[in-house]
Amino acid sequence: MNETKEQPQNEPELKINLGGIILNSPILAASGPLGYGHEYRELINFDPFGGIIVKGISLEPWSGNPPPRLAETASGMLNAVGLQNPGLVQFMEKDLPLLRDAGPKLIVNIIGCTPDQYTGVASRLDRAGGIDGLEINISCPNIKAGGMAFGTDPRSTYRVVSAVRRKTKLPLLVKLSPNVTDISIIARAAEEGGADAISLINTLSGMLIDIDQKKPLLGNTFGGLSGPAIMPVALRMVWQVAGEVKIPILGMGGINSADDALQFIMAGARAVALGTGLFYNPGLAESIKTGLVKYMRKNNINTLGQIEGIAR
Amino acid sequence: MRVTLYAPDIAREAYPGQFVHIFMPPEHRDHMLPRPFSIFGTNRHTGELAVLFEIVGRGTALLAGTDPGSSWRLLGPLGRGFPVLQPGSLLVAGGMGIAPLAFLAASTTIPRTLIYGARTADQLVCPRENLELPGLTVYEVTDDGSRGEKGTAVDLFSRLVEGAGAVFACGPRPMLAAVRSISNRAGIEAWISVEERMACGIGACLGCVVPADGGYKQVCRDGPVFRAGEVIIDE
Repeated sequence: MNETKEQPQNEPELKINLGGIILNSPILAASGPLGYGHEYRELINFDPFGGIIVKGISLEPWSGNPPPRLAETASGMLNAVGLQNPGLVQFMEKDLPLLRDAGPKLIVNIIGCTPDQYTGVASRLDRAGGIDGLEINISCPNIKAGGMAFGTDPRSTYRVVSAVRRKTKLPLLVKLSPNVTDISIIARAAEEGGADAISLINTLSGMLIDIDQKKPLLGNTFGGLSGPAIMPVALRMVWQVAGEVKIPILGMGGINSADDALQFIMAGARAVALGTGLFYNPGLAESIKTGLVKYMRKNNINTLGQIEGIAR
Repeated sequence: MRVTLYAPDIAREAYPGQFVHIFMPPEHRDHMLPRPFSIFGTNRHTGELAVLFEIVGRGTALLAGTDPGSSWRLLGPLGRGFPVLQPGSLLVAGGMGIAPLAFLAASTTIPRTLIYGARTADQLVCPRENLELPGLTVYEVTDDGSRGEKGTAVDLFSRLVEGAGAVFACGPRPMLAAVRSISNRAGIEAWISVEERMACGIGACLGCVVPADGGYKQVCRDGPVFRAGEVIIDE
């Protein structure tokens, strides 16, 4: 047989620009599961992550919800941690210095009960150094005051996002709640408020009942559903929002494989974030990255831009 | 059920009261969380580690049904375990709470006492040979009297607590609450191992907490063994 000279194939390029943040990989860690990253750094390789979004930070420490905070569900889990966090000061003094050299880009999720609390956190982090972007959490379903209330009303969304926008030059992601009638209206309000990218989706509000105790299973009664069970819902919302806004989308919700990640990108996401899947398999980012490269090689795709929104 | 795993690195380091996170097999790994198990015992020479459990859900059913020789991914040893036993220690195990306490009982030969209670004889699942240890006195107790004394572990504990060196307990929450308050009244130091649903197992996700003064403690990292006064256990 004659020698066939193979076309020299370029290594697929995974680098992307997510609203001004240049990421070496389109795979991020979603806010929450990894906490502030320290514990997982000893366990897994962070290289496959383009970025890490650290757990929500508020102006003052929040103690979180009473236990039980977790329950496994069919192909997913419910959580009602309630945004327990050490507060801005301790985060900046203890956690941030350890995170600066972690490798992946660092995005800090910020939370509050009033617009002033959000802007207070944002303006301090803006000057902190070593932070590549902020993600405004207007969507946590697990606290009674604030949080999701901002994310279910377009005017409140606009108000919070534009207020934070005035306080920081850092790239601004806005994380949306799926617990709304029409997510595209909220996404447009976030874009108009000055967001550089949209993160979606946060968890779906749900609950379970303990039939022996005859009471809600979670200490907070309601919790957020995550995991593979919500993946098709998340994908549909990414699809909807991608048709409504010009800014890039960070897609998340039950992503558990390279196939899942590719579906989000083809629906219009620029990048994807992993959450519950990291509990199932702490090495998930690595295997998704390998799967992405394999798919791109096989289909002669050089950059992810070639397939972003291609299914639309 | 007792399952023995070959995990030399974990077996070498683990001490009583710590736990391992067992990840689900590949065909289930994409939709099931890892499960935390107390370490029941280790053998540093053979590199073996044992867990003792009852089938309560999908994860334990999978582990119970596994074929000998199959591979499971483990993370551990995790958490903060019991302190070293001192002479005259009183160990209190309710039901599956025996798992970490059998490991603790086997860690020494100094005189120590174990109260091992359950509702019925068939719920005293710990193999007898694991509790036949030099220096260990064992009192069995069942609600229906089908094995050992008739009554509860707490009844027996109230009677034996006087003069105990220290107390080490693991079992259902009401039992832990009673052990905590009785030890406190008797002025005896008590250590309790707390169970809670977990996700990450390493202190990152803040999913497993127990109330404490001024907030919450993380069961997976601050515990699962706590000084009884450190945490609040509702009666």
